[in-house]
Amino acid sequence: MTEISRELLLHVARLARLELRDDELERLEGQLSDILAAVSKVAELDLSDVQPTSHPLDVVNVWEADEPRPCLPVEEALANAPQREGNYFKVPPGGSP
Amino acid sequence: MIDTLRLTAEGAKELLDAKEISGAELFAAYLEAIGERDPELHCYLHVCEDPGGEGIPIALKDVIGTKGIPTTAGSKILQGYVPVYDSTVAARCKAHGLRTLGKTNTDEFAMGSSTENSAYGPSRNPWDPSRVPGGSGGGSAAAVSAGLAPWALGSDTGGSIKQPSALCGNVGLRPTYGTVSRYGIVAFASSLDQVGPVAKNVRDCAYLYSIIAGRDPCDSTTVEVPEVVLPEDGDLKGLRVGVPRELNEHEAIELGVRAAVRLAIDLLAQLGADVGECSLPRSVDFGMPCYYLIAPAEASSNLARYDGVRFGYRSPNATDRLEMYTHTRDEGFGDEPKRRILVGTYALSAGYYDAYYGQAQKVRTVIAREHAQAFERFDVLVTPTSPTVAFELGGRTSDPLAMYASDLLTIPSCMAGLPGLNVPCGLSGGLPVGLQLIGPQFAENTLFHVGHALERAVGFDVVPERLR
Repeated sequence: MTEISRELLLHVARLARLELRDDELERLEGQLSDILAAVSKVAELDLSDVQPTSHPLDVVNVWEADEPRPCLPVEEALANAPQREGNYFKVPPGGSP
Repeated sequence: MIDTLRLTAEGAKELLDAKEISGAELFAAYLEAIGERDPELHCYLHVCEDPGGEGIPIALKDVIGTKGIPTTAGSKILQGYVPVYDSTVAARCKAHGLRTLGKTNTDEFAMGSSTENSAYGPSRNPWDPSRVPGGSGGGSAAAVSAGLAPWALGSDTGGSIKQPSALCGNVGLRPTYGTVSRYGIVAFASSLDQVGPVAKNVRDCAYLYSIIAGRDPCDSTTVEVPEVVLPEDGDLKGLRVGVPRELNEHEAIELGVRAAVRLAIDLLAQLGADVGECSLPRSVDFGMPCYYLIAPAEASSNLARYDGVRFGYRSPNATDRLEMYTHTRDEGFGDEPKRRILVGTYALSAGYYDAYYGQAQKVRTVIAREHAQAFERFDVLVTPTSPTVAFELGGRTSDPLAMYASDLLTIPSCMAGLPGLNVPCGLSGGLPVGLQLIGPQFAENTLFHVGHALERAVGFDVVPERLR
């Protein structure tokens, strides 16, 4: 049984840049423990000799010709910006990244 | 009078080509049907004005980026987002003259099996509005069944095209991984995501697939695709049909579903197919755990882009940059994306990576091999698409694992990158039952051929009884 402690949940949430409210923490703690217990089943198989699959198709080294093409105009790139200043996306200062 | 409930895309094209109806009349007929039935069914998140032209209308799942048309992926975090470019599939539809009717409802970021995870409220099943249409592409499937679109595009990561098609009683194809471009699609789990068609019959489904399939320089995972052959009437002599025991006898499969699929398998034999049993011993029991590690892991990475900086929602409550990220993501994401981001981040984090994500990728190899072995003996595999018929709204929302089990039978072949076609095969308790045809990679034409023969033999009426 995989138990998710409050401390571990907060650590993972911090890694994912998720701020969780207290009521969410309450609810998610139990649900995540259940989900992790279910997915931990993968550990039952001995697969030390098996290669991992990261991609279902056998394609390697897909190249395109390196030719310049028009890119998105600045106005369009910024069209959905929550906040902008000149040709920049604007964000609040401070805080760690 | 245009009967949108019965009109197929092929039928619409014939009427347009013969100038029996105009493009404007056809588009207006769908808008009228939407006005009449969508307030109850809530298939659409956005309805478009007629862009003009004489092409067939189409509905697009709201994870498909459309230039100048809002694209929310069913999430509050993308509320108000209007793409400045078309996804490749939207561009291909446009180039073919297809006209977008609107954007259809989906579970948030395509994460779910009922549309109940949509931030904009659930869609309802046209056969019984107290029930879900399936998900995540429930909006597209319900729209096609309710005559609110002749056909539609969906997207499928672990069953999001096939399962809603099964629950709504229409035809849905999850194509082979790599056959359809994902450029401009809201990404969920990139080693699994595929775009595919939803239609009233197999010929329409094949035709729409032929429009969207093919290599795209903007998506390096796409490959050249065999020419699509629209299925014609014929028998199934010489076709080898495998019935995987674990996917047909699983205890989660309802009796009515099992019975309808069994009858359909008998029909395949009557059509001349050689039917035999086979086994995929680890694909079902380990498919779910494997999927629910790999998909969340990739989702946690893909959803990192929703940070409030360049597009979409930004929390007004932040005083510094870190708070901008954390508040935006807390306020913008619903429960299911949060759960998956957390599971995925955990599975990828230092100290746990090998045990979870690394091990799941190895399980994926095992599942792919089991399927490859089955295809040494068989041309197609058949299973129920969904273990149950459409379930009641609210029936599985409080228990994430119960909801996850909806995709028990669609997940294994998705993990192996295989194409799967849902074909309606009967009713159970007045609700549609879907049969899943699985083929080897790039065997779409075989699936269309078998699916077409089967749908002719079954004679399923795709119009929901209460709307006839």
